[in-house]
Amino acid sequence: MPNKKIRVLIAKPGLDGHDRGAKVIARALRDAGMEVIYTGLRQTPEMIAEAALQEDVDVVGLSILSGAHNALVPQVINKLKANGQDNVFVFLGGIIPETDIPQLLEQGVRKVYGPGTSTVQVSEDICAAVAER
Amino acid sequence: MIEDIRKGNRLALSRVLSQVESGSTAGSDLLEQLFPLTGHAHKIGITGPPGAGKSTLVNALITSLRQLPADPQVAVIAVDPTSPYSGGAILGDRVRMLDLQSDPKVFIRSMASRGALGGLALQTEAFSQVFDAAGYDFVLIETVGAGQSEVDIVNLAHTTIVVDVPGLGDDIQSIKAGILEIADILIINKADHPGADQTLRNLRTMVEMGYQFSQSAKHRLQSPPSQPASQPAPTTAWKPPILKTIAVDSSGIEALRSAILKHAKWLKQTGEWERKDERNIRATLARQISNLLFSNWQSQVDPALMETTIQTVIDRKKSPQDAIRSLLAL
Ligand SMILES: Nc1nc2c(ncn2[C@@H]2O[C@H](COP(=O)(O)OP(=O)(O)OP(=O)(O)O)[C@@H](O)[C@H]2O)c(=O)[nH]1
Ligand SMILES: [Mg+2]
Repeated sequence: MPNKKIRVLIAKPGLDGHDRGAKVIARALRDAGMEVIYTGLRQTPEMIAEAALQEDVDVVGLSILSGAHNALVPQVINKLKANGQDNVFVFLGGIIPETDIPQLLEQGVRKVYGPGTSTVQVSEDICAAVAER
Repeated sequence: MIEDIRKGNRLALSRVLSQVESGSTAGSDLLEQLFPLTGHAHKIGITGPPGAGKSTLVNALITSLRQLPADPQVAVIAVDPTSPYSGGAILGDRVRMLDLQSDPKVFIRSMASRGALGGLALQTEAFSQVFDAAGYDFVLIETVGAGQSEVDIVNLAHTTIVVDVPGLGDDIQSIKAGILEIADILIINKADHPGADQTLRNLRTMVEMGYQFSQSAKHRLQSPPSQPASQPAPTTAWKPPILKTIAVDSSGIEALRSAILKHAKWLKQTGEWERKDERNIRATLARQISNLLFSNWQSQVDPALMETTIQTVIDRKKSPQDAIRSLLAL
């Protein structure tokens, strides 16, 4: 009876100290039946990629409020790729200016969610993306 | 795949764990191939009530084990509960284990219990075999926190560490006698909190009683006939040490590490290491056979018959015993 659950890593890179948003999305994805590995505050891109590797996740969700997304996100994506995890669905949540979004998507982020996005939307996108692979 | 994980390929190791966890045929084929390579790792269980500091303690312990001159490889399997409502889980043990997460000789894997009772997941043991075969010297297993029923860990681990915390009053023990019995090492964590010495005295009394019992039981039950001659009972009983720790600042961790190493030595000297292995293999075989029989039966039983039978039991027209006889077609 094969039993593959969607595994998601929720991480909070950068130095800002609020993880309420990250916790809300973690709980919502748990309620959607996913296994969510929560790694807490102040993660470096190396730490995030290493945790994603050890946990063999399908999805990495990054919550960034500090405005450092343009610096941090490409580093996370490059490290994931260097580890051989090119197939991971990376999404971004937090306060991201509209003008930065095209570049982030080009770098390999699959979705960017602003404040007020419904968590149902997030879990539907994840399910669709994982099913597609 | 197996070559790769033996060579230290972490992506391959991680993927093998996922295969195994999914219960796929590929996963069970891999386990079968890996099995001859197992039997070397020291498996250490860490159990105790929710929030007692198990993960924090594991974090400190990895650091300490990594400083041993033998430069051992350390794996961690951290089990957290699955929500019975959604089937999902939040696996949060890793938050406390960040110190060594980029050490190439440390591998931490979180695992959801997926409905299994007893503090472990169905595939926790299989994970420990994968790490063992991959060459990890220590496999630390953090159970779901519950404080009374996680006894499955004794079948799996060579050394079981039970973590308690001070402050639940003089009479009411925060951990129950049943879980105390399974401890090879007892920890009072959060020793910076008031009441640690009182908890220490209480636990010491309880452990002394248990130790006296096992000593006198041994005298009365000298060489029971079922005991194979090749594996005599240990000549000296192990008396579980009780240690105070403050996991957040690593105090007491060196004493814990010494106790673990001493326990391993005792297990090997007394033949208890092999006996634990034997008990584990017996328990695993029994469990896997019962799972297999159940899933075979489940795939064969007529769902319509199942439903009507359940209804007749609900209506009190059939007893559960009678229902079982007809569903098993006895
Ligand atoms: N004061 C104090 N706090 C501690 C100590 N050890 C752990 N903590 C804190 O206790 C809380 C729970 O620690 P964890 O390590 O997550 O506990 P756990 O037993 O793994 O929890 P579960 O996995 O949820 O059952 C955290 O806030 C830790 O920082 C200690 O020795 N002293
Ligand atoms: Mg924990």
